[in-house]
Amino acid sequence: MSDIRISGLTKRYARGAAPAVKDVSVTVEDGEFFVLLGPSGCGKTTLLRAIAGLETPDTGTVHLGDRDVTALPPRRRDLAMVFQGYAVFPHLTVAENIGFGLRMRKEPRADVDAAVRYAAGLVQLGDYLDRYPSALSGGQRQRVAVARAVAVRPSVLLMDEPLSNLDALLRLSFRSELKALAKELHTTIVYVTHDQVEALSLGDRVAVMRAGEIVQCGTPMEVYDRPVDRFVGGFLGTPPMNMLPGEVFGGRGVAGIRAENIEASTTERAGALAGRVRLVEPLGSQLLVTVAAGEQDVKILTPTDFPAGDGADVWLSVAPERIRWFDADTERALAG
Amino acid sequence: MRRVLGYGGAALLAGWILVPIWFVVVGAFSTADSVYTYPLAPWPDWSLESMRFFVTSAGVPQALLSSVVVALITGVLTLLLAAPAGYALARFVFPGASAYRLTVLATRAFPVVVLSIPLAVFFLQWGIYDSVWGVAFMHTALALPFVVLMVAGVFAGVPVDIEEAAQIFGCSRFGAFRRAVVPNAAPGLAAAGTFAVLLSYNEVFAASILTLQEPTLPVFVLTGLTQAPLPFRYAGALFLLAPAFLFILLIRRRLVGVGGPTLR
Repeated sequence: MSDIRISGLTKRYARGAAPAVKDVSVTVEDGEFFVLLGPSGCGKTTLLRAIAGLETPDTGTVHLGDRDVTALPPRRRDLAMVFQGYAVFPHLTVAENIGFGLRMRKEPRADVDAAVRYAAGLVQLGDYLDRYPSALSGGQRQRVAVARAVAVRPSVLLMDEPLSNLDALLRLSFRSELKALAKELHTTIVYVTHDQVEALSLGDRVAVMRAGEIVQCGTPMEVYDRPVDRFVGGFLGTPPMNMLPGEVFGGRGVAGIRAENIEASTTERAGALAGRVRLVEPLGSQLLVTVAAGEQDVKILTPTDFPAGDGADVWLSVAPERIRWFDADTERALAG
Repeated sequence: MRRVLGYGGAALLAGWILVPIWFVVVGAFSTADSVYTYPLAPWPDWSLESMRFFVTSAGVPQALLSSVVVALITGVLTLLLAAPAGYALARFVFPGASAYRLTVLATRAFPVVVLSIPLAVFFLQWGIYDSVWGVAFMHTALALPFVVLMVAGVFAGVPVDIEEAAQIFGCSRFGAFRRAVVPNAAPGLAAAGTFAVLLSYNEVFAASILTLQEPTLPVFVLTGLTQAPLPFRYAGALFLLAPAFLFILLIRRRLVGVGGPTLR
């Protein structure tokens, strides 16, 4: 158990190239579930690998607890990692895979066996201990990878898009399991993903990255409700935040409004934005309605019994405090 | 029509290779009497007479032993040298990687004939002329280019992330190589090593220049060829052919695309 302090970390893969990670400083609290979120190529995986010791930063330091681990090889850092591609050892059985780290530490056999059984139980692999990975499904292999990481009781657990190779249904169930597991372990977890739903549902805090920098770092609700710039607002949420010209709502700059915060009515209302329904997409629990308002498309979420069909006239209104204002030029949020 | 031509051509090619080999087998497993009959019978009479005659001929056991020792030394040396080179080619992007790859192959374009005489001189000076070591060194040099590329292909087929996982879970870089990469590359490495062994076992030119009193089997068979009786020739030919055949049978799948698709 330890916190992670990263300061001034920069990593370039090639001389002269744009840095993959640019002067990042961030502290992950002890026992926190910390998510690095961003589009592909934003540097989140590089940052994770720098924490792991698989990449050497050009500048900056990494502290785990009181230890400066910047120059230490991965094995001396007391951490574990779950890889995107599982990375289970094909030549070892499930039990040998899970016990690998402990065997490397030369722990007594009985302790290794007990830890393997415990970790395998956590991820429901108890019946598969003697199998080889080739006889397992993708989801089971990822469970092996998680169990292998948990078994060493690391002070820091790193996860690199552990769910992205699983199919949608499995991803959802495994996500809940991971969250439950994290609660049980109380380990500091750094979790990399490009999936904003994963980030919001799992993280105690989410750091949104773009072009090698952390753009915003906060609780899931903070980054969702109060994005610091248009990028974050557009990256989080399904559908992304609507970005409308501010004049429409009597302000300057760009008005960022979440689809679920827009109230639609089929009767004219004072101060409401008039538009016409262009497209209705049933999502099961809600309707995703695209409304053409002037030259703008506005996405709104409505109850399934919303009466307007294609081509119907609707009036959209938003509570002023639900609008997030951005500067038109800098794209930064105008108020804290 | 196309198919007929294609298969016909393939059959012709296969026959061109296989028919002589078949007669070698027939000759090697027939009694001396039937070997001398003309035309040769299409089936062997399954006698070990020729083989026994060959193996017990003066000089053959020593030559066979030399060949095997040379081949094994070659196999081990080649693997030891090719593994790091192949690993580097497979894992690291370094300036001149593709040029290096080309250079490795280009060494094969260098004629052995030109190389052999000066080598013989050097080996004489070093005192390893006419020894298994001299021949093995030469064969290692001959096998290396191919084996380096084969081994690079093998390593490229082992995912990087299991190597990284091994490092995370307690291995040093070399430990990760030993515990995660080697076990998964073992079949491919074995195939590459066997390839070197066979290349050495069947190599005759360099071996004949570098040996005098201690010839390897192909050299011994070649020098005695004109005076040797027919059964000896058949059995000798089979002895030289058989390992390569067995090897191809066993690792056919791994030989396809060596240094090709897996290695960009």
